[in-house]
Amino acid sequence: MGRYVARRLLQMIPVFIGSTLIIFCMMYALPGDPVRAMMGDQAYDPTVVAGIKKELGLDQPLLQQYLNYMMGLFQGDFGTQIASQRPIADIILDAFPVTIRLTLFAFTFVTLVGIGLGVVAGLRPDTLRDRGLLTLTLVLVSMPSFVLGFLLQYLLAFQWSVTTPTVTDSTNLSQLALPAIVLASLSLAYVARLTRTSIAENLRSDYIRTAVAKGLPRRRIVGVHLMRNSLIPVVTFLGIEIGSLMTGAIVTEGIFNVRGIGIEVYEALSRREGATVVGIASLMVLIYLAASLIVDLLYAVLDPRIRYA
Amino acid sequence: MRGAKSAKWVAGAIVVALAATACGGGGGGEGESKGSGPAGYVSIDVGEPQKPLIPADTNEANGSYVIQSLFTQLLDFDAKGDIVYTNAESVTSDDSKTWTVKLKKGWKFHNGEEVTSKSYIDAWNWYANIKNNQQNSFWFQDIKGYEDVHPEKGEPKAEAMSGLKAVDDHTFTIELKYTMPYFNYKLGYATWAPLPEVFYDDPKAFGQKPIGNGPYTFEKWDHKKLIQVKAWDEYLGPNKAKNKGVQFKNYTTVEAAYKDVVSGNLDMIRQVGPTDLPKYKQDLGDGAIEQPYAAIQSLTPAFYSKTFKDIDPKVLQGLSMAIDRDTITKTVLNNTRTPAKGFTPPGVKGYQNLDTDVFTYNPAKAKQLVQEGGGVPGNKFTIQYNTDGGHKEWVTAVCESIRKATGVDCVGDPKPDFPTDLEARDNDQVKGMYRGGWVADYPVNANFMKELFHTTAEANNGRFSNKEVDELMNKADQAKSLDESVKAFQEVEKKLVEYMPSIPLWYYRINGGHGKNVDNVNVDFHGDLEVWGVTTK
Repeated sequence: MGRYVARRLLQMIPVFIGSTLIIFCMMYALPGDPVRAMMGDQAYDPTVVAGIKKELGLDQPLLQQYLNYMMGLFQGDFGTQIASQRPIADIILDAFPVTIRLTLFAFTFVTLVGIGLGVVAGLRPDTLRDRGLLTLTLVLVSMPSFVLGFLLQYLLAFQWSVTTPTVTDSTNLSQLALPAIVLASLSLAYVARLTRTSIAENLRSDYIRTAVAKGLPRRRIVGVHLMRNSLIPVVTFLGIEIGSLMTGAIVTEGIFNVRGIGIEVYEALSRREGATVVGIASLMVLIYLAASLIVDLLYAVLDPRIRYA
Repeated sequence: MRGAKSAKWVAGAIVVALAATACGGGGGGEGESKGSGPAGYVSIDVGEPQKPLIPADTNEANGSYVIQSLFTQLLDFDAKGDIVYTNAESVTSDDSKTWTVKLKKGWKFHNGEEVTSKSYIDAWNWYANIKNNQQNSFWFQDIKGYEDVHPEKGEPKAEAMSGLKAVDDHTFTIELKYTMPYFNYKLGYATWAPLPEVFYDDPKAFGQKPIGNGPYTFEKWDHKKLIQVKAWDEYLGPNKAKNKGVQFKNYTTVEAAYKDVVSGNLDMIRQVGPTDLPKYKQDLGDGAIEQPYAAIQSLTPAFYSKTFKDIDPKVLQGLSMAIDRDTITKTVLNNTRTPAKGFTPPGVKGYQNLDTDVFTYNPAKAKQLVQEGGGVPGNKFTIQYNTDGGHKEWVTAVCESIRKATGVDCVGDPKPDFPTDLEARDNDQVKGMYRGGWVADYPVNANFMKELFHTTAEANNGRFSNKEVDELMNKADQAKSLDESVKAFQEVEKKLVEYMPSIPLWYYRINGGHGKNVDNVNVDFHGDLEVWGVTTK
C-alpha cells in the first residue's frame, strides 16, 4: 500500500511538468501580447511596453521563460501578475479556497442526496417513487446548469426573496448554498441514477439472496452487503467528478458572482496572463491527480479483493 | 482488515482538506454588513483596477474611478466641457508655449504634507522617466526636455525635464517644445496628479495604499472584492464629497450588478447590460440614467490593405451613406448610441454641424458614389472586430445595410478577444476595415482628430496619411488662442469629410442607473458617474 502510494506520487512529477509545459506553450502560442493589451485602444508608447516586458522577462525565448518559471516554482514563487503586479500566489490564495469550498459543498450535497435518492429508488425498482426519481433526474440532466442557475435565482431571489440574488461575500457558507446546489444538480442526477441501477441489480444477485436466507437483519444486508458492492461504480464516478465540479464551477461562479478560480482563469486568459493561467491550471492538475489516487485507494476499501502491492 | 485501515487514511485526508479550506478563508469576512456598506457610504459597480493605483500608470475605467476619487489634478471639467479649476488658482499662457500655473494655497495631501509646486514637478518628472515604465508617460511628451528623461533607447540622460521650473512654492512654469493652444485642457487628465514625498520611498507599496490630495482618503483594498474610500473633511476643492464615502464593488457580470441595484444591495451601476436594457427604465424609474458622452465609434479602413489602398474617398463616402445608422442604433443597439453626424462627438469644444449628407442614409446616392469612385476592389471587404466586446450584432447589421444599399459584399472578420484584435491592428494585418472607438481624454475637438488621423499619431492604426490634413492640423496647433485653434480644427473636420479617414458610426451613450437610496447622480463628459456629488437619502 505505502509503496503503491509512493509510486503514484512519483508519477505525478512528470505529469505535472508535462502539463505545465503544454499550457505554457499554448499560452505562448496565443496571439496578442499581454503588455500591449494592457495599453488598450488609446495611444501608447512602445518604449514603455518594451521596458515592462524586459522587467518581467517576457522578452526571453519560450524555453528560457519556462525554465525561469519552474525555477521560481521550486522556490515557492508562482510569479507576478503582469498588470496588477501582485504575486500570483496571493491571487491563488484568495480564489482557491472559495472554489474548493464551493466544490466540496456541492460534492457533499451530491454524495449525500444523490446516493440517498439512488438507494431509496433502487430498493423498490419500478414503483411510483422510482419513476418519479427517474423523471426528476432526467429533467436535471437535460437542463444546462446556467438555465437552472438563472431559474433558481429568479424564483428564490426575485419572486420569493428567500436569498440574495448574488453572493456578496464569497466566504459566507450559507450564501454559497444556492450556487453549490446548482453546481451539484447535474452530478446529482448521474449519481442518483448510477446508485439506483447498481442497487437494483445487486439486489437480485446471489450473495444478497444468501444473506437474506441466513436471516440477517435488513439493515445489515443493505448497509454492509449491498451498499459496499454497489458503491464501487459510484465512487469511481464521484472521484472524477471532483475535477469536473471544479471546472463546472467556472460557469456557476459567473452566474452567482462567486470570486473563485473560474473567474480568475477567465480573466487571466483574456488578458494573456500566462503565469496565472499556468499556476492555477497546474494546481487543478494536482487536484485531479490526487482525486484519482483517492478513488483508487477507495477501491481497496470497498472491495478487499483489490490489493495494491 | 487491510481495507479498513486504508479507509482511515482516506477519511483522515478528506477531513484535513475540509478543515484547511473551511478555516483558510474565514478571516476575510470580518462581519461585513451585507447592504450598501457603512452608513452614509454609496456603492458603485467599479471592478478591480488592472494595475496598482499610480496616477500615470492607469488608463482603464476601473482604475481611473478610484484614482479620481483619491487624487485631484490642477483642473477639471464641468458637464459642458468647460474648465473648472480644482487645485490650481489659474493656468495661463500668453503664447501657448510657456504656461504659468498658480496653485491654490492651503492644499494638503491626506498625510498632512502641503501640496506645492515641487509636488507637481517631481511627480511629473518621475512619471515621464523611462526607468519607471509608466503607461501614460507619453502624456508628458509636449514638455521641453521630455526626450532627456524618456529617450527611445537606453538610459535617461537627465532626472528632470528642463521645461518645468518652480517660481515659488505655489507657482511654476511649464515650457513646451512647441505651441499648443489647448495644452491646459490636457492637464485635466488624471495622469497629471501630484504625489506626496512618501511616494518615492516605496512606489510599489504606495500603489497598494495611495495617499493623494483628492476628495476621498484611501481606506482599504480588498482585492477583487471592493475598494473603500472615505470622504476627507479637509478637502478644499469644488468637488468636495457630499457623501461619507464610496465603495467600489467588484462584480463579475453587469447582470449580477444590475440585479443588486434592483434589490437595493448596490447604489449605482455604470452600464446596464444588453439583457436588462429593455426593462431598466421600468425597473429603476427615476433612477434610470441615459445620457450621451464624448465618445465615438467608427469603421476605420486600413489604408495599407489591398482593398483600401489608394481608394477613392468617394467610395468611402458612399459606404458611409449606405449605413442606416438610425435603424441600427434603435434596434440592434437598443438605443444605447446616437447616430454620428461628424468626426467629433457633442460635449467637446468645437462640436459642429457639418452640413453634409455623407452621414445620412441614402441608398441610391450611396450606390452612385461607390460606382463613381470605381467601386471596392473585389466588390467585397471585411470589418475586423473582437468578439468579446459585444460587437458582432452591429457589425452584422452594418454589413447587411451596406450590402442591401450598394451591392458591395461585406463580412465580419472576428478576432477572439481584444488582445488579438489589437495585435492585428498594430502589425498592419487588418484586411479591410476595423472597428475603432475613441473616448475623449480632454473635451476639445483636436483630441478626436490630431490623435487619430495625423500621420505620426500613435492611434492612427488605419495609417491614414494626407499631407494637406497634416499641415492643417499643425497650423491649428500653432494658433495663438484656444478659440482660434478650435476653429481651425473645425476646418480640419470639414476637410476630413473629403478624405474620409474613417467612417463615423455613432456616439456612445451611458445607460446606467441608481437605486432608491441615493440621489444627485450626474455624468461627466467622458461618461463617468460623478461619485463625489452623490447624496444618500
